Amino acid sequence: MAPRTIAPFGPQHPVLPEPIQLKITYEDEKVVDVLPAIGYGHRGIEKACELNEYPKNIYLCERICGICSCIHGITYCEVVERLWPVEIPPRAKFLRTIWSEMSRTHSHLLWLGLLADAFGFESMFMQFWRIREKVLDLLEMTAGQRVTQSISVIGGVRRDLNGEQKKKCIEVLKEVRKESEALIGVLANDYTVKARTVGKGVLSKDQAIALGCAGPTLRASGVCEDCRMQKYQAYGDLEFEPIVETAGDSYARAVVRARETLQAIDLQLEALGKLPAGDINVSVKGNPPANEAIFRSEQPRGEVFYYAKGNGTRNLERLRVRTPTYANIPSLLVMLPGCELADVPIIALSIDPCISCTER
Amino acid sequence: MGIIHTSRIKSPWIIHFDNSSCNGCDIEALACLTPLYDVERFGIVNMGNPKHADVLVITGPVNYRTARVLKNLYAQIPDPKMVIAVGTCACSGGVFHNCYNILGGVDKVVPVDVYVPGCAARPEAIIDGVVLALQKLAQAQGVAK
Ligand code: SF4
Repeated sequence: MAPRTIAPFGPQHPVLPEPIQLKITYEDEKVVDVLPAIGYGHRGIEKACELNEYPKNIYLCERICGICSCIHGITYCEVVERLWPVEIPPRAKFLRTIWSEMSRTHSHLLWLGLLADAFGFESMFMQFWRIREKVLDLLEMTAGQRVTQSISVIGGVRRDLNGEQKKKCIEVLKEVRKESEALIGVLANDYTVKARTVGKGVLSKDQAIALGCAGPTLRASGVCEDCRMQKYQAYGDLEFEPIVETAGDSYARAVVRARETLQAIDLQLEALGKLPAGDINVSVKGNPPANEAIFRSEQPRGEVFYYAKGNGTRNLERLRVRTPTYANIPSLLVMLPGCELADVPIIALSIDPCISCTER
Repeated sequence: MGIIHTSRIKSPWIIHFDNSSCNGCDIEALACLTPLYDVERFGIVNMGNPKHADVLVITGPVNYRTARVLKNLYAQIPDPKMVIAVGTCACSGGVFHNCYNILGGVDKVVPVDVYVPGCAARPEAIIDGVVLALQKLAQAQGVAK
């Protein structure tokens, strides 16, 4: 038997900017065991949310994760609105959907870039991030911030889109779609990309269901499950069909995300076209009653679940968040053993881990 | 002035460490490297190994678990080194100031040379921060910038 070596992957590692540690045991070049150690990113946001007032928590919840911050803020507002309950105007629903999809576009482009970087395809990394900057410019123009947008308030949204902004959004989104399509064509057909991803980190359909995976990781294993199928916000009025691949390897996960990028742009264009007129928020006064509520929405990384409990005062009694990466980390324990050491970064990245979400 | 001193100022290598940030500042720090901002044209290169780095870019507030990692990382970077705290929460704890697992800003654990505020800090601000840090380094070494 070859000697076994244990190597730490993280908490500071060039592939993953975030602090997670995987203790990898390997024999020759084959991984035999993996032990994830999490807890480096824990801040205690759930507890801190009990100390602040309702509207202030939006900013805290947005900072659970900076990449999908927009959807965290929106989901928090949705769950708090369900405590009353408050019905928000249709225009606000559409605007929330547009911003959610815009942040999905930027998040997926970011991930596709990081994937290219993980196997050393530097120029593709740069190209994806160049396109992503255009989406960030749109976010900045419409919401006022590049990364943490804070567009959602309890009872609706904070900002409206005027005609000129709408026109600009449509124009830029079309451009982004064309450019990403070309680049995704390269990603999907390139020999080197395929050599590094096809058949790496295979997760079968049964395993994915048994481990309770979420989001693109689940859909790449052939399970048709997407929170947007609940038709919340404006998704009921848009043409939406979840994207499913069946191979379950790193390549399939990349393809799911690539196709979702294009789909997200289509959804935005459709929503911009159908945007109803009217108010963007309803005024909500006072404290919510003692009540409980839940809400699930689809993050770029999968399903996020919020539970809120009010007690009639200015503060929440309890907020609970379950994030998609928490559901996806166990899949690494199935995918990594047996792979080559050199494939560890790609497989670890292929679930799109977001540690700051997971640990909060 | 030797060539090493000059090139340290003209082409600093940075290493990025994420304490327990929300990722907002991390992706902005990473965006600095990409075509729109492209700091590589100034010779700034992102490194994975602390032993190769001159500038430590830190995002996020320090918590009880990362404090040890951060100290360790800081100790591995050869002198002279510069530390830049990127983002409001790295400067002071920011929105996370009353979270129970947070010690506070980065300066609770390692000495900080430049503070870049902003939540999230814009790439322009981060580049500005690195330039400031280099000026400080140049002064300390008596190299004309
Ligand atoms: S300063 Fe703000 S955006 Fe940056 S890491 Fe901290 S909370 Fe996130």
